[in-house]
Amino acid sequence: MAQAVATLEQAHGAGEVGHEAEHADHPHSSTGLDSRKLLMWLFLASDCMFFGSLIAMYMIYRGDAERMYLAGQGSGPVPHEILDIPYTSISAFVLLMSSLTMVLALASIQRGNQRGLRVWLGATAALGLVFLGGQFYEFTSFYHEGLGLTTNIFGNAFFTLTGFHGAHVTIGVVWLISLIVVSLRGGVRQDQSLNVEIAGLYWHFVDIVWIVIFTLVYLIPYDKVETVGQQAEQGFRLIGLG
Amino acid sequence: MASIAQPQSVVQPVTKPATGIWSWITTIDHKRIGMLYGFAAFFFLLFGGVEALIIRAQLAKPDNDLVSAQRYNELFTMHGTTMIFLALMPMTSALFNFVMPLQIGARDVAFPRLNAFSFWVFLAGAIIINMSWFFNEAPNSGWYGYSPLTGTAWNPGRNVDFWMIGIQVLGVASMAASFNFVVTVFNLRCPGMKLMRMPIFTWTTLIVSIMIIFAFPAITVALLLLSFDRYAGTGFYEAAAGGDPLLWQHLFWGFGHPEGYILVLPAVGIVSEILPVFSRKPLFGYSVMVYATIAIAFLGFGVWAHHMFTVGLGPTANAIFAGSTMLIAIPTGVKIFNWIGTMFKGSLRFTTAMLFAVGLVSQFVIGGLSGVMHAVVPVDTQQQDSYFIIAHFHYVLFGGTVFGLLAGIYFWAPKIFGRMFDERLGKIHFWLTFIGFNMTFFPMHFVGLAGMPRRYFTYAEDSGWGPWNAFISFGALVLASSFLVFIVNAFKSIRHGELAGDDPWDAPTLEWAISSPPPAYNFAVIPTVTHRDQLWWDKYGDEHGAHVSNDDLPTTAEVQQRANAQHPHVHMPNPSYFPFTAALGFFITGLGILFRDPAITLGLLHLPIFAVVGMALMIISIYAWAFEPAG
Repeated sequence: MAQAVATLEQAHGAGEVGHEAEHADHPHSSTGLDSRKLLMWLFLASDCMFFGSLIAMYMIYRGDAERMYLAGQGSGPVPHEILDIPYTSISAFVLLMSSLTMVLALASIQRGNQRGLRVWLGATAALGLVFLGGQFYEFTSFYHEGLGLTTNIFGNAFFTLTGFHGAHVTIGVVWLISLIVVSLRGGVRQDQSLNVEIAGLYWHFVDIVWIVIFTLVYLIPYDKVETVGQQAEQGFRLIGLG
Repeated sequence: MASIAQPQSVVQPVTKPATGIWSWITTIDHKRIGMLYGFAAFFFLLFGGVEALIIRAQLAKPDNDLVSAQRYNELFTMHGTTMIFLALMPMTSALFNFVMPLQIGARDVAFPRLNAFSFWVFLAGAIIINMSWFFNEAPNSGWYGYSPLTGTAWNPGRNVDFWMIGIQVLGVASMAASFNFVVTVFNLRCPGMKLMRMPIFTWTTLIVSIMIIFAFPAITVALLLLSFDRYAGTGFYEAAAGGDPLLWQHLFWGFGHPEGYILVLPAVGIVSEILPVFSRKPLFGYSVMVYATIAIAFLGFGVWAHHMFTVGLGPTANAIFAGSTMLIAIPTGVKIFNWIGTMFKGSLRFTTAMLFAVGLVSQFVIGGLSGVMHAVVPVDTQQQDSYFIIAHFHYVLFGGTVFGLLAGIYFWAPKIFGRMFDERLGKIHFWLTFIGFNMTFFPMHFVGLAGMPRRYFTYAEDSGWGPWNAFISFGALVLASSFLVFIVNAFKSIRHGELAGDDPWDAPTLEWAISSPPPAYNFAVIPTVTHRDQLWWDKYGDEHGAHVSNDDLPTTAEVQQRANAQHPHVHMPNPSYFPFTAALGFFITGLGILFRDPAITLGLLHLPIFAVVGMALMIISIYAWAFEPAG
C-alpha cells in the first residue's frame, strides 16, 4: 500500500513538479539535459530495482506451487491450470501498441499539432484502459476459479507482481488523462513537448516491464521447472564451480 | 603546492534571517531545509543515545532486571532504527543540503519544493515510528526485522506495523531527496565546474544518492511483502505457507549492506574536505579518491550475503561473497593512504574539526579491520551474533560516521551560523568522545570473543562477562557526557561565538567565497571555476606557488563581494506549503493503514477512512503543487 502511494508520488513528483527547475533562476544545465528528464530517468532506474526485486521474488517461488501440488501439499489452482496465454497475449499486444500511439502523440506536439496530440494521448490512455480492463477480468475470473491472493504461494506472488504492474499502468493512465485536460486548456505548447516526452518515458518503461513479466510469468512453461537451488547448481557446474 | 600560508579571516556582520514558524513550514531554501534536517537529526541522536544508555544500564551487571526482556527488545530495535534512519541519515542529508549546492556554485537544489517535501516526509516517518512508544507497542524485532520474528504468529501486536510503515515512509523521503541531489550535482554546476573539479564532499553526495536510488527499492519491496503477510494473510515469509523466511534476509541485506556505505561515505567526503584544509595541502590523490569511492559503492551491492554466512547458502555462495567482501578492503585502504598522504609533511593545525577527522581515520581503520575478519567465513561463523559484531559496526558507524559528522559540524558551523564554535570546549568534547567511545566499544571485542551474544537482555554471573560490561557501561556514561559538552558549546557558540567571517579556515571550496551565513540566493553572481580547489588557486596560484598571468583579475570571493555591494536582485522561487500538505497526507495515510479503523467496506476492499483522507490530501497537494507557479 505504502509503495503504491510512494510510486504515485514519485511518478507525479517526477513528471509534474519539475517545471520549478526552469524557473529556479538557473539558466544553464551543466549536462545540457533537462533536469526533469534526468529526474525521470533516475526514477526509472530505481523502478528497475523495484520491479527487479518483485521479479526476483516471483522467480524464487515460480515453480513452488506446482511442486507442492504434485507432492499433495499445497492447494490449487496452480499456474499451468489457470494461466491463459492466448488471452494475455492479446492484452500484451494492446499494451505494446499503446507505446506506438504514445510516440505518435509526442511527434504530433513536436510538430505543433494540438489535435493530433490529444487524439494520440487519448488513444494511448484508451489502450491502457483496455489492458487494465483485461487485467481486471483476468483477476476476477481467477478469483472465481478459486485462486485468490492468499490461496497459495502462486496466488501470493502472481497477484503481487502483476498487481503492482497494473498500479503503474493506472498511474500512467491518470497522467495521460491529466495531460489531455491540460492540453484542452491550452497548457501544452509546442515548446513544452518535454511534458509529453517525460510521460512517454514512464509509459514506455511500464510497457517494457510488462514484456519481462509476460515472458517470465506466462510464456516459460511450468511443468519442467526445477527448484531454484537445482538451477543454481546447474549454473555453477556450467562455469566449473560445481 | 607543498604548503600554503596560514589563514587570515575577514570579519563581516551576520545577516539577520527571516523568522516565524510559517516561514520554516513553507521554506524551500536548501540551507533552511538543511538546518531543519540537522536539528531533527540531532534530537533523534539524543533520543537514540538515551535508548543506548538504558541498554547499558541493563547490562551493567549480571542478572539485572532494570528492564524486562520485552522492553529490552524494543530498546535495541529502536536504538538501531533511530540511529540509522532518524539520526545519521538525516544528519548527512543536512550537510548534503546545506553544503553541496554551495560547493558547486548553485543557488538552490534542482527541485526546491521536492526538497522540502523530502524533509517533511522524513519527519512524518520519524513520528510514526516513535509514536509506538505512546501505545506501548514499540518495534521489537531488531532494526533488521528478521522473519519469522515479524510474522503475526510471533508478533500479533502493532509493534512491527509501526516499524514497517514508518520505514516505508522514510524510504520515500530518502528516495525523493536522492533524485534531487543527483540532478542537482549533474545539472546545476557553475560554469567550469567539471566533474573532476568537484569537491570530494560533492562527489560523495552524488555517489551516496545514487546508492540510495538503487538500494531502497529492495527494502521497499521487502516491507511491502511483509505488509501483505501481516495485513492480507499472504505467506511470502512463512515457511508453513510455502514461503521462505530467507527471502526477507536477501532483500533486507540487499538494501542493508549498501546502507552501511550510504552512512559511511558522506563522512569520508567530509574528512576529505577537512584534512587538506588543516594540513595546508591539496588532497593527495584526488582522482584515486573519486574512483575508490565509486568502487566501494559498486562493490557494496555485491556483498550482502556475508550477513548470511551462517544460514547455509552453501560453500560456493559463501566463497563468492567472502571474495567480494575482501575486495572492498582495497579501495577502502586506498582512501586511508590518501588521507595519510594528505597529512604527510603538511603544516598540521589541530582544530576540533581536524581532531575529529584524524579520529575518524584512526578509528575507522579498526572497524575496517574487524570488517575484513568477517569476510572469512569460519571466523564469521564464530563471531556471528556476538558482541564482536556490535564492536565492529560501532567502530565504522560511530568511529566513522559520527566522528565524520561531528568533524563536519565543527568545520561548517561557522558557515551555517556565522559564528565560530568554541575551540576549548570543542577539544574537551573531542577527547571525551574519543576516550568514551573506545572505553565503550573496544572491550566489546573481548566479550564478543568470550562468547557474549548480542540481543540478550541479561547474562549469568558465572559467564565472567560482568566486569567488562560494568566498564563498558561506565564508558557509555563518559561518551554521553561528551555530548553534553557539545550541546553547551553549540548553545553558547551559536548565540555568542566569535563572528566567523567569510572564510575562517582559509579553505579552497566555493562555499567559503560568500558570507557566513550565506544570503538566501547564495551567489550574487554565479561563479566561474577554472581549477580544482578554486579559492586556493585564486590566492596562491598553481602547485609550485607561482602566480600565473591573470594575477590582476579579482578572486572568486572578491567577485561575490563586489556583486553583493551592489544589492543584487536575484529572483528566487516562491515559498510553498504544498510540500508540507503532501507530506501531511502521507502521514495521515500511514496512520490510516496502521490503525485501520474506522473503515469503509467496498466489496472485497476494506478501506481505512484515514488512509482515504490522507491519499486525497496528498493527491490534491501534488496536483496543486504541479500547477502552482514556481515564482
